[in-house]
Amino acid sequence: MQVDTTTLTKTETDTITITIDGVEVKTTKGKRILEAALDNGIYIPNLCALRDIKLPTGACRLCQVQIEERRGTITACSEPAADGMVVHSNTPEVNELRRKILQIMLARHPSVCLTCHRRERCKPGDICLRLVSVTEDQCVLCPKNGRCELQRAVDFIGIEEQPYPYKSKGFPIEMDNPFIVRNNNLCILCGKCVRICQEVRGVEAISFNLRGYETYIGGAFGKTLSESGCKSCAACVDVCPVGALTEKNGRYAGLPDRVVTTICPYCGVGCQLNLEIKDEKIIRVVPDPEGPANKGQGCVKGKFGLDFVGHPDRLTTPLIKKNGQFVEASWGEALDLITAKLRNYRGDQFAAISSAKCTNEDNYVFQKFTRAVMGTNNIDHCARL
Amino acid sequence: MTNSIEEIGDARCILAIGTNTTDDHPIIALEIKKAIDKGGKLIVADPRKIDLVSRSHVWLRQRPGTDVALLMGMARVIVDEDLLDKAFIEERCENFEEFKDSLRSFDLNHVSEITGVPAAQIVEAARLYATHGPSSILYAMGITQHSHGTDNVMATANLAMLTGNIGKPSSGVNPLRGQNNVQGACDMGALPNVYPGYQGVAAPALVEKFEAAWACALPAEPGIVLTEMFHAMAEGRIKAVYLMGENPVLSDPDAKHIDEALGKLEFLIVQDIFLTETAQFADVVLPATSFAEKDGTFTNTERRVQRVHKALDPVGDSKPDWQIICDIARRMGAQGFDFANPSEIMEEIADVTPAYGGITYQRLDSGGLQWPCPFEDHPGTKYLHADIFVRGKGRFMPLEYKPPREEPDDDYPLILTTGRNSYQFHTGTMTRKSKGFDDMHGEEEVEINPQDAESLRIADGDKVQVSSRRGKVTTKAKITENSPKGVVFMTFHFAETRTNLLTNPALDPISKIPELKVCAVRVEKP
Repeated sequence: MQVDTTTLTKTETDTITITIDGVEVKTTKGKRILEAALDNGIYIPNLCALRDIKLPTGACRLCQVQIEERRGTITACSEPAADGMVVHSNTPEVNELRRKILQIMLARHPSVCLTCHRRERCKPGDICLRLVSVTEDQCVLCPKNGRCELQRAVDFIGIEEQPYPYKSKGFPIEMDNPFIVRNNNLCILCGKCVRICQEVRGVEAISFNLRGYETYIGGAFGKTLSESGCKSCAACVDVCPVGALTEKNGRYAGLPDRVVTTICPYCGVGCQLNLEIKDEKIIRVVPDPEGPANKGQGCVKGKFGLDFVGHPDRLTTPLIKKNGQFVEASWGEALDLITAKLRNYRGDQFAAISSAKCTNEDNYVFQKFTRAVMGTNNIDHCARL
Repeated sequence: MTNSIEEIGDARCILAIGTNTTDDHPIIALEIKKAIDKGGKLIVADPRKIDLVSRSHVWLRQRPGTDVALLMGMARVIVDEDLLDKAFIEERCENFEEFKDSLRSFDLNHVSEITGVPAAQIVEAARLYATHGPSSILYAMGITQHSHGTDNVMATANLAMLTGNIGKPSSGVNPLRGQNNVQGACDMGALPNVYPGYQGVAAPALVEKFEAAWACALPAEPGIVLTEMFHAMAEGRIKAVYLMGENPVLSDPDAKHIDEALGKLEFLIVQDIFLTETAQFADVVLPATSFAEKDGTFTNTERRVQRVHKALDPVGDSKPDWQIICDIARRMGAQGFDFANPSEIMEEIADVTPAYGGITYQRLDSGGLQWPCPFEDHPGTKYLHADIFVRGKGRFMPLEYKPPREEPDDDYPLILTTGRNSYQFHTGTMTRKSKGFDDMHGEEEVEINPQDAESLRIADGDKVQVSSRRGKVTTKAKITENSPKGVVFMTFHFAETRTNLLTNPALDPISKIPELKVCAVRVEKP
């Protein structure tokens, strides 16, 4: 058996060192400054960068940095890291520039609460002293509150005042897809959803519509998601930095208590999924960027098809059929009955039907039981169906 | 899969045959897109106009059940035009001359007649596949679920060996497996003829090995496969069944026969997460935990063993499957079922299964391991057959074309082929209990070509009756060019419309897979 060692040697020879904000970090040749920073836990504000796509969008302009011996500022998402490069990402100058960019962005995105000093103490339903009258303008009512990249950028850069008045875009909220909600009033036109749908998924269900001030993102030619050939994979939802695209189910579930990484129970690809758990329920599923098979991508079943786990029809207790009716039983009763019965059927009058849905460990134990305890090789599963 | 998922993106030619990849393995379809974006060529062979067709460079629209002829026809072109990899055949393979002789009966005109594919397209596909390497073959149940499914698979392997497209990156013969752990269930020996790691139950040395490992006497005779089990139940030879996490009442062919077989059992245990259609037949139903409530491992289609992590506590009194089985085994006085957790089970698996020898839970936490992984610091195997085939030399298999067991006739003039839809999964036990899926695709439809619909005076959305020699169902007609003339398509997701009442239980003689992809039906207004 041969093992591919090319990646290994590549990492060793192509490692370069750059300095970001006084910290020396190692990265690989060909990576851009933004990737190098984020890989090493240094946050540079960014709203339109997509890791899966080689050509950067460069649309949001927030990731500007200064590089020593270079004039002006440069977007970190587009600039390849070079050995020995010295980068400053958090200077008053770049932050002032970023602040101006954000302020312009916030003229078309609800902002009152983003810049409010009382935000941390504010709850949905509180009467706001700043007389916020429209619900779309309260960040505590946004489904992305606490998970919003724009919120993070605003908090990082610090915006105390908003010189440009906010004007709502006045879009109706699109609810026609059973899995995905689009609220274009929160969209900042970063284009991540358009690019992931076109370049990674190859579906091309969404695009920029109209021009200039009127630009909005939606189904091509103004169609709704359902009419546009959308496959509901929700790759767009997973990359949306703001609350414009959200999962319909559990939209307002908020932040998870914990995240558990596991493997999707549907097809044989074996996508690694992050299950977001709150109050002992799965509130959201996010395909894991570290997943070896799926690399951050998922499909409609893995993303939205795990509701069955919490379905009220789940079996919760053993059942024994008495006079044609199922009657609830204790484990003791059920297992006593099974043990007594199975003793009579050792050998080839017994068969076990195992499961391609169960784990390796379940399957191993089941075939061992069939062979070693029941004394037959009559075991199979649905591999052929 | 002989190769890995991420290698598909670097293939320069992909032959996707009998796989509706976009719907059924969407993540693998992303890799196909990557390959095309990099200049790779895509050959799609499918009777239905599946999504992939719009991206393909060549679309071979063969009649259902004629894949052997199609693939042998391609092989014939490769041999006739001398596009083969002589060095590879010489060094790595055997039985080439016999195979070459068997190509004689696959004259292109003849092949074209059988398959309905124009000869020029077969030539184009063969040239692309042979000269635009590395070429990767992807297939799914469209290849295997035939009464000659084994021949189909061998035909793909012949093609790969003929052109040296195996044993190197981005090539190979790659079955895309349809269930999360169907690979693992096979690896673990949930099969009647092999112990874990495909170690044959009929080999005395291996019986001895497992008798020693498990400290018990083991049966010498291989068991029977699932499809045969139902015959044995109906005939009273099998009297008791313990069934875990399957729903044969909806998934197996000739469903009426399945109902009868289950009804005859003296004792049936069903262990599942829901009271499925099959569980209704049970004497005892045991509540199991779902994947989200247990620890363990799944093995994916690229042989990657990956960790399943428990995310939630069990619902009610439900228990992990392994624990229930161990409880029963211990109550029956058996030794060797005292596992405290799944990690301990994996230790035993590694002890007795050479390909899993180096797999431990500790090692799995950083992205899993692809078997064979025979010892502790083995990095796993990205692709198989690199320097030598598992059996030594790659053996060319001479093949002949065998038509499907049931062909259209005056009484049943159409071919029914079955498959999945992207918004439902298998028998719907999981998707139909999740929100939104029924809104997207909530009932069965029979996809029928406009010409067939016209001659039957069927309009789009009409209620129609589909019948075969084995049963009949009522469903809605969907008129679409996606179905070729003479072929209708249905899924088997819906308990309300049991498509498998219609399907043919004829089996492949070697793999014992039923011919779910071809049977003869009649469609009419009720």
